[in-house]
Amino acid sequence: MNKFGYTISKGRQINYETNNRYAAEYILDREPSFRVCIECGCCSATCTTGNFTKFSLRELQILIKRGENDQVRENIKKCMLCGKCTLVCPRGVNTRNVVMLAREAFQKKLQNAI
Amino acid sequence: MQFDPFIIPFNVGLYFILVYAVVRSVIWFRDLSRPDKLRLQRGFFGLPFGQSLREIFLESLIHRKILRSNFRLGYMHMSLAFGWFLLILFGTIEADFFGVKHLNPPYKAIFFKFFNPDHGRAGFEAVYSFWMDLLLAFILSGLILALIKRFSPRAVGMKRTTRLKPLDKVALTSLWLIFPSRLLAESFTSGAYETGSFLTGSLGSVLASFLPAMEMSYPFWWLYSLSLGTFFILLPVTRYMHIPTELFLIFARNSGIRTGDKPGAFKEIQTYSCSSCGICIDACQLNFSAGIKDIQSAYLLKGIRNEEDVSELADNCLMCGRCDQKCPVGIELTPIRMIMRRAGVVADRERSIWYKYFPDRQNLTTSKSNGQPSYDWLPGVESPKTDVIYFAGCMTHLTPAIKKSMVRILDASGVKYSFMDEKGGVCCGRPLMLAGQDKEARELINYNSQVIWKSGAQTLVTSCPICYKVFRESYYLDVEVMHHTQFIRKLIDEGSLKLNFLRKKVVYHTPCELGRGSGVYEEPKKVLMHVARLQKTDFEDENSLCCGGSLGNMKISCQKRNKIARDAAAELTKSNPDILATACPMCKKTFAAATSGRVADIAEIVAEAITMPRKLKNLSESVTGKSVPADIYI
Repeated sequence: MNKFGYTISKGRQINYETNNRYAAEYILDREPSFRVCIECGCCSATCTTGNFTKFSLRELQILIKRGENDQVRENIKKCMLCGKCTLVCPRGVNTRNVVMLAREAFQKKLQNAI
Repeated sequence: MQFDPFIIPFNVGLYFILVYAVVRSVIWFRDLSRPDKLRLQRGFFGLPFGQSLREIFLESLIHRKILRSNFRLGYMHMSLAFGWFLLILFGTIEADFFGVKHLNPPYKAIFFKFFNPDHGRAGFEAVYSFWMDLLLAFILSGLILALIKRFSPRAVGMKRTTRLKPLDKVALTSLWLIFPSRLLAESFTSGAYETGSFLTGSLGSVLASFLPAMEMSYPFWWLYSLSLGTFFILLPVTRYMHIPTELFLIFARNSGIRTGDKPGAFKEIQTYSCSSCGICIDACQLNFSAGIKDIQSAYLLKGIRNEEDVSELADNCLMCGRCDQKCPVGIELTPIRMIMRRAGVVADRERSIWYKYFPDRQNLTTSKSNGQPSYDWLPGVESPKTDVIYFAGCMTHLTPAIKKSMVRILDASGVKYSFMDEKGGVCCGRPLMLAGQDKEARELINYNSQVIWKSGAQTLVTSCPICYKVFRESYYLDVEVMHHTQFIRKLIDEGSLKLNFLRKKVVYHTPCELGRGSGVYEEPKKVLMHVARLQKTDFEDENSLCCGGSLGNMKISCQKRNKIARDAAAELTKSNPDILATACPMCKKTFAAATSGRVADIAEIVAEAITMPRKLKNLSESVTGKSVPADIYI
């Protein structure tokens, strides 16, 4: 059979019932400002790491809230904690603490963080 | 034989505390690292010994530092410490001179009046008992101040006083009882024998006029002895442990022992040297601006002593170092906090009171329980050969005006330089260190070191004090690290930078990391004085405020940050200056949002003052990419 390079994308849905929202709850408990994020992307725009890689805190925050942890686990360790995102955030989210807490959550409960 | 059963509690307490202090000191000495042991030995048998004695006299007895900053509080501490010391000293002399024999056991001096009730009737004896009464009055005046302070701290010029543990309260009560009970015991005895001077004598005769003085005196001698004994026995498990520990600390510090970044015996000595006086609480901006009242250094050290989990508390601090400067004992509070950050979460331990007399050290070697970050994405190392390498830093990229001004200054001075992170660089590593992740920071430090090595530069100029501190302290580089204010000062001194004088009023805000963090105070002010009219503020040099933006605090909310920034900006701009100048991109960014006036970095002000830009080469082009007429800057 000939392969033309076309594929059919897999079905995509966010299943809140099966997703593990532990990380999101862990962060929300300890850093309430995580709730007020409007996903504007200022943090990603200014990011020092994002300058070199595809690291995007905006994306990761969305994924954490959905409970889709695989990609977050891979990427959250790239952050250098330089704090620019905290300074530019228009909503006053303590993004540095969010990153720290996300790492902590993966380490504590959702094993195999690394 | 002069003996009475009431002296037993005092003797038990005294010999217990003496033996305990010796044993504890031996344990601390044993736990010091080998170089520190040698330092202490050398210090003990050398010049530092004299310095230590002097410091013990000035700080532990006279409390000079507190007296300077707050007279009433200093007087309170001085009257209790120095007064008690003098009372013991002259009591011993009194017992030796006027007692039945020489070289008495300590209780003879403490309870002299009980054993020699007839002493002090006339002549030199009366003069001496007048002096002893004066000393007692001196202590009692301090005690009254201490009582007032407990109930209304403002009366002695403090905003807050520390909260106490129940055991501390018992010890405090026994300490407070010591001197009034001595006063009453001596007064009753004096009243019965019609001796005593202006205080004990007159109070004694008044009391003896309507009370059976002879019978009344005995219970008070018991109370005096009991309160002394209780105080001595409880001393090791309460904050009063600072009294013996501070002596050890002063010797260790004068011998050149420093905290460094490893937990150990010296950290423990410092932890126990804290008297919880609460001066750090008053100095803390989180307290007086943001209303966070439970994280200050006194509470941190108390938490460590009680073996509580202090990780949350350790993270909630701006690391501005104001408390370090104010601490009358000179404890290195910020390094201790850094050690606790590195340790991360330490399990709470509830210990019985018996274990508290000989606490085993908390095991702090466990690494922080965070997911290990990895920086395998770091770009390749490349950098052109140059003399001066300029590292703007992450924060400076957020405030492009500083970056552009620095480029203008460097171009105008004709220095051969390269811009290390022109297209966005890698973080210097300090923010990770402040989060307690030194190992991870090392990866970034190695990367940046390679870039700097490869450039062959002799001077590294950075615009950000956060980077400056880490470049100086944690990079093993063979280059001269300069903050841009130092570099500009050098350029001005060399004559390679010609500047106009701007007719503007300027106040200077010393950034924490540059001032208290790295000890750079003079250069920025010299530069500002060169180009503008520098005005004084209430918060100069060591006393400068934190802007609130600090990367040191992981936990503080945005609202509280803004509150600190607004309060600090309001204080600094009281004199309505044209420009609020600072030397840190982060302070600039934070203040810019907190005040309506103009906030500018020193580099910007200097760039404004440059006399003639070189017209042949249009400098702004390289930064903005647009061609701007060169004379826009003239």
